[in-house]
Amino acid sequence: MIVIGIDIGSVAAKGYIISSGHHHRTIIPTGWSPRDAGQVIIDQLLDASRIERDQVERIYVTGYGRVAFEQADKTITEIKCHARGIAELYPEVRTIIDIGGQDSKVIRIGEKGQVLDFAMNDKCAAGTGRFLQVMATALGLDVSELGHAEEPGQMQTISSMCTVFAESEIIGSLARGNPKGGIIAGLHQSVGKRVAAMVRRMGIKEQVAFTGGVAINPGVKRALEEELGTRIIVPEACQYTGALGAALLALENR
Amino acid sequence: MADYQQMWADLEMDLEKHDALCEVLPEAFGGIYLTQQDRPKGMDFYDFVVSEIHGVRPAEMLEHQKKGGKVFGTFCVYVPDEVVFAAGGIAAGLCGGSQFWVSGGEKVLPANTCPLIKASVGARLDKTCPFFLIPDMYVAENTCDGKKKAWEILAREVPMHIIDLPQMKRERDIAAFEAEIRDFIVTVEKVTGNKITAESLGKAIKLINNKRRALQRVYNARKASPVPISGKDALLVTQINFYDDPARAAQMANSLADELEQRIENKFGVFPDNAVRIMVSGTPMAIPNWKLHHIIESLGAAVVVEESCTGTRYFENLVDESASTLEEQIRAMAERYMKTNCACFTPNSARVEDIIRLSDEYKVDGIIDTNLQFCNLYSTESYLVKQSVTERNMPIMHIETDYSDQDFEQLRTRVEAFLEILRK
Repeated sequence: MIVIGIDIGSVAAKGYIISSGHHHRTIIPTGWSPRDAGQVIIDQLLDASRIERDQVERIYVTGYGRVAFEQADKTITEIKCHARGIAELYPEVRTIIDIGGQDSKVIRIGEKGQVLDFAMNDKCAAGTGRFLQVMATALGLDVSELGHAEEPGQMQTISSMCTVFAESEIIGSLARGNPKGGIIAGLHQSVGKRVAAMVRRMGIKEQVAFTGGVAINPGVKRALEEELGTRIIVPEACQYTGALGAALLALENR
Repeated sequence: MADYQQMWADLEMDLEKHDALCEVLPEAFGGIYLTQQDRPKGMDFYDFVVSEIHGVRPAEMLEHQKKGGKVFGTFCVYVPDEVVFAAGGIAAGLCGGSQFWVSGGEKVLPANTCPLIKASVGARLDKTCPFFLIPDMYVAENTCDGKKKAWEILAREVPMHIIDLPQMKRERDIAAFEAEIRDFIVTVEKVTGNKITAESLGKAIKLINNKRRALQRVYNARKASPVPISGKDALLVTQINFYDDPARAAQMANSLADELEQRIENKFGVFPDNAVRIMVSGTPMAIPNWKLHHIIESLGAAVVVEESCTGTRYFENLVDESASTLEEQIRAMAERYMKTNCACFTPNSARVEDIIRLSDEYKVDGIIDTNLQFCNLYSTESYLVKQSVTERNMPIMHIETDYSDQDFEQLRTRVEAFLEILRK
C-alpha cells in the first residue's frame, strides 16, 4: 500500500511517502498558499519515488494549512501526528516538545503513542520559531545560523518575553557592545525558559523528545536541557515527525 | 425586520455605528445558526428575537416606561430579579458579548480587562445598543475587581445600585446577602414608586422560578442520547432568557422542551448516537458570543451542558415558594442565590462538585473549561478544576479566549486534538 502524509506548517511544508517499506520525504517553504505547497509536496514525492498519483491509496494532511488542502482523505491535528511519528521513532518517549514557526506545544503520550494531554502556546510569538526569526533579522543573521553562533559562556540574559520588546532589548544590548554570541545564547535561554514553563505545568515525564523546525537549533536544545534538567532527544528528521505520523496513520487507516 | 430607526434615534443612539453592527450580525447568525440541520421548530421564536434583536424587546421596554414602568439593567446572576418584577419593573440582563463593543470599552478601561466588561462599558459609551440606553437604573455587583471599578465609570452615565456580594458562604454571609436584598428592595421601591408586598414578591418568586423550571426542562432533554438539540441552540435559549419577559421566556422554553421530549421518545437527535458529548464550564457567554460552541460543534462534537452563568448557574436551584411573609421570602431568596457557585467565592469547592455531578448527569465524555481572557478568578480556579476532574479520569482541557476571531484557527486545532483524544 502507498500512502502520503503531509504536514503544512506556517513556515515549511513537509511530506512523507511510504510505499512497500521504502520512504521518501521532502520539505519546501510553505509560502503564501498552503494549498499550492501541498500540491508541490505531492508532486515531488511522486517524482522521487516514481509513483503515479492514482497508485496512492490515502493522503492524510496535518498542520495549520490542513484545512485549505482539499485533496486530503483525512485531516488530523499535528498533535496526534507528532505523537504517532515519535512513537515510531522513539517508543520510550513520553513527552514531546514541538516548537514550530508560529506555536509551541507540549504533548504527553502514552505507551502506544496515544495523546494523553497537551498544552499549546498559540497566542503569542514568544517561545516560537517566529521569535527567533525576528531576533536573527535584528542581529543581521539568518535564523539557521543562530544555533552555531551562540556563546553560552558570555550569556546576555534577555528579560523581555514580548517579541517586540525583546527586539529593542537586543538592539540596545548590541549598542552597549555586548557580544553577539552571548546575546544569541540569551535568546535561546529565553525560548527555553518560556517553553520549559509549559512543560513543567504538564509535568516532565521521560524520555523527552524535541521536534519541529526549532529543534534543528542546538542552542535551544541546550537551553531546554538546562532548564528542565533532563536529556532531550532530537530526531535526525525532527521537522518531519508530523508528516511521518500522518503517513503512518494513513497506512493504518486510522 | 420592522423599522425601528425612529426608536433608535429617540434613544440618541449612534445610528451610523449601529448600522455597521446590524449589518454583521445577520451574516454571523446565518453562518453559525441557520446552517445547522434539523433544528427544533421551537427555535423559530429565538431566531425571530435575534432577527429583531435591537427592536422587538427594546420596544416593549419603552412601552413599559411610557406607562410609567421602570426598567433595570443587570449584569449578574446574583441580582434577584424577583424584587424588580415584584415592584412592577422589568429586569434585563445587559452583558455585552460582541467584539464590536470592545474598542469602546478600551477607551476608558485598562487593556487587561476581560472582554465582557469592555464590551458592556463600550456598548453604553458608544451608544450602539438600545438595551444599555433604556434602563432607568443599572444593578451591578462586586463579583470581580474589573467589574467593581467599571461600575464607578458607568455611574457617571446612569444611576447605579451595587449589590455587595459576600465572597464566602458562612451563615453570616447568607445573612449579609439577606441585608443586601433588603437594601435592594428599598432602592427598587423608591425608583418604581411601588411598595413590595409578600403577595407581589410571592408572585414574582413563582414567575422567576417558572422560568428556571422551564430552562431546566430544556437542559434535562440534553441528557438524552442522541441529543435532541445542539449546544448552540440551547445556549441561545439561555442567552435570550437573560432579558426576555420571564413569563414568555418560560412559555417558549416549555414548548421547546415539549418538542425535545417528543424527539427523545422518537430517538431523534441532531448529532449521531456516538457523537462526543462535551461540557463547557467556566465564564458566561453573553449574546452574541457563540465562538467556542461553534468551534466544538463544527468539529462534530455536541455541547450537552454549560456549567456557567449562561447555563446551569442561571437556573439551578429554586427559591422556596412556601415562604409566606416578606421576612421568610427574603431569607429564601438569600439562601437560593448563595447556592450559586461563582469563582468569586473562596473556597469554591462546591463548583467543582457541580462540575463532577453535571458530568455524570449529562454523561459527558470530556470537559472544556474556559474563561474569558484576563478573568483571573476563573483562570486560577481552572487549575483546581483540572486537578479534581483528572483524579476522576475525566478528560479536561482549559481554554482562555476573548471575543475576537484572531485565535479561531488555533482554538480549532486545540479542540480538534482534544476530540481526537476522546474519540479513541
